[in-house]
Amino acid sequence: MTTQPSVDRALVTGFPFPFPTDRYRYTTNVEPAPRVVGTPAGQWGASVVDVDGEYHRELVERAAVLERDPSRYAVLDHMAPACWDTMLTLMRELAATYPDVMSLDGDGPSYVWTNRLLDVEQPFTYARPSTLPDEPLRYVAGQVQEDLVLLDQRDGDLWGDAGLVTFAADWSFGFDVGMSFLEIHGPVPRLRETGVITRAREFIMRLQPGAPYRRTNWTLTIGRQLDVSTERYPEWGPDRPRILTVDDTTFGREVHLRTEVQHLVRLEESGAVLFLIRTYLLPFEELARVEPWRATTAAVLADLPDDIADYKGVAGYRDRAVTWLHARTP
Amino acid sequence: MSTSLSLVVAAVDDTVPGVRSVRLVRPDGGTLPGFTPGSHVLVTCGPPGTSAVANAYSLTGDSVAPRAYTISVLRLDAGRGGSRWVHALATGDRVEVTSPRSAFPPVLAARRHLLVAGGIGVTPILSHLRSAVRWGRDVEVLYAHRPGAAAHLEDLRDLAGDALTCLTDRTALGDHLERRLADQPVGTHLYTCGPAGFMDTVTLAARRLGWPDERIHVEHFGVDDLDPGESFEAVLRASGRTVPVPSGTSLLDALEGAGLSVPNLCRQGVCGECRVRVAAGTPLHRDLVLSDAEKAAADTLLCCVSRAADDRLELDL
Repeated sequence: MTTQPSVDRALVTGFPFPFPTDRYRYTTNVEPAPRVVGTPAGQWGASVVDVDGEYHRELVERAAVLERDPSRYAVLDHMAPACWDTMLTLMRELAATYPDVMSLDGDGPSYVWTNRLLDVEQPFTYARPSTLPDEPLRYVAGQVQEDLVLLDQRDGDLWGDAGLVTFAADWSFGFDVGMSFLEIHGPVPRLRETGVITRAREFIMRLQPGAPYRRTNWTLTIGRQLDVSTERYPEWGPDRPRILTVDDTTFGREVHLRTEVQHLVRLEESGAVLFLIRTYLLPFEELARVEPWRATTAAVLADLPDDIADYKGVAGYRDRAVTWLHARTP
Repeated sequence: MSTSLSLVVAAVDDTVPGVRSVRLVRPDGGTLPGFTPGSHVLVTCGPPGTSAVANAYSLTGDSVAPRAYTISVLRLDAGRGGSRWVHALATGDRVEVTSPRSAFPPVLAARRHLLVAGGIGVTPILSHLRSAVRWGRDVEVLYAHRPGAAAHLEDLRDLAGDALTCLTDRTALGDHLERRLADQPVGTHLYTCGPAGFMDTVTLAARRLGWPDERIHVEHFGVDDLDPGESFEAVLRASGRTVPVPSGTSLLDALEGAGLSVPNLCRQGVCGECRVRVAAGTPLHRDLVLSDAEKAAADTLLCCVSRAADDRLELDL
């Protein structure tokens, strides 16, 4: 007897499994992008921006989140050039990656952006706000599934001075905007002591245009929920104790491994750094069907130090998750 | 790593005595990568494929979706030959350049931008000015040049209008500089490029008037090379080989000449890519990357600019 898959197959075959080994610690795990990575189920990583079967659904959700809570979008005044830079950069990436459905015509300052997936044909003039129906960062956030954070580089540091983040995993962009890179990462355990975060900062400050890098991050999310931001904690927080009370079938359907593929792109004109966060969710019941993923995830969760488990919000149910995964050993 | 672009000379302009402006385009006429104002490219000053001198030249043109890269090069007859080579280029010649690299960017959050150019140091200042005008930034330009030898004067006038002051007399320059440095709103950033002595004068005056270092930006790639340094020997620990490093040759050049491949980008002591481990001996640090503590530890050096304090340096290579 086979059970009906709960998600589109492409979400399994394209899932960026985040664990290279059975042990997870914070590292400065950056690598040049794009680069295709083969997995037991398929592959990922062929492009800096990724459009998949969730495209329309996620863009509708992003618009709804923004409508309900405008603080998910913020741009400090001096970041206007970086926002135009971001829009042009992402339109070029999209057009180069999906030439059948997207194009950017013109060689400046006038362009036409075409996106057949959204039935959009938008002429605009670079650096002229009146030629666009929305501010450039918010406009382009309506064309990509990625969350966007812009880091300004000055005084030998990086500052999160603009962004549009609707799918945050237990953090708040509205709270972090204007903070330095180290301040933004202040709550993450072990980062300061191990030097991981200062090395990452030095690395990012040396990024050059045309040479993007990427890293992955991960957590667990209960339910197929992209917006698990701090702002909505009252809605999703109670899921953590509740998940301990559900039966095994529900546990496997509800608990998701959440991978963030994060790209770092030095913008050409503004010199700001564009940080792209693309979120992928895979329910445990699907994860467990790919044996190497099941085994590795079980090992990583079992080994995870308490402080990291606590920070990731999985301390309360990681033992159950490990038991659940072990029980599915073939 | 930095990508190499094979470009073609579309035009040369020798209007200003001693300075040649060169317009470089893609052979197919397409758009070139954009760049941050103040960026430079490394130009291989010789036929493609030869081990010619690579010089850093600031880009002076438009930085968004550029159709051409333009550089302006002062002829230095006593130099390493790079500027003489540029001055001999003809329309249609091939030129290899790296993709643009940013080491002198405008600070986006600055309240005001005070741009101070000396001589041929006007080149990165010009691209700063273009960007300031595009984005409506508050900007003021001081341009010190010898009478009758002002590269890009028309460009500056067109872009800056009343915000440009030209100075051709050393005393007038000193007085005007002091006055303008003393009369800027808090939050103004100062950018200067020119001969090393000129930049020293500007930065010393600014510091004396209380400008914090974070608001003073100097284009280290200016027009002067580092001094050639003393000769020394580099001993490679892995092979036991000894590589002589003559005065005027960088350690990086000497290592590459000996057949070693060392990761590197800027070759100017700015990017930090060519850091190598020192096993024995005392480095003479000349880079802008390592912290004071890292320099004091004396266990690494940036081999593109740094050398040996004594006659011998042992490397973990």
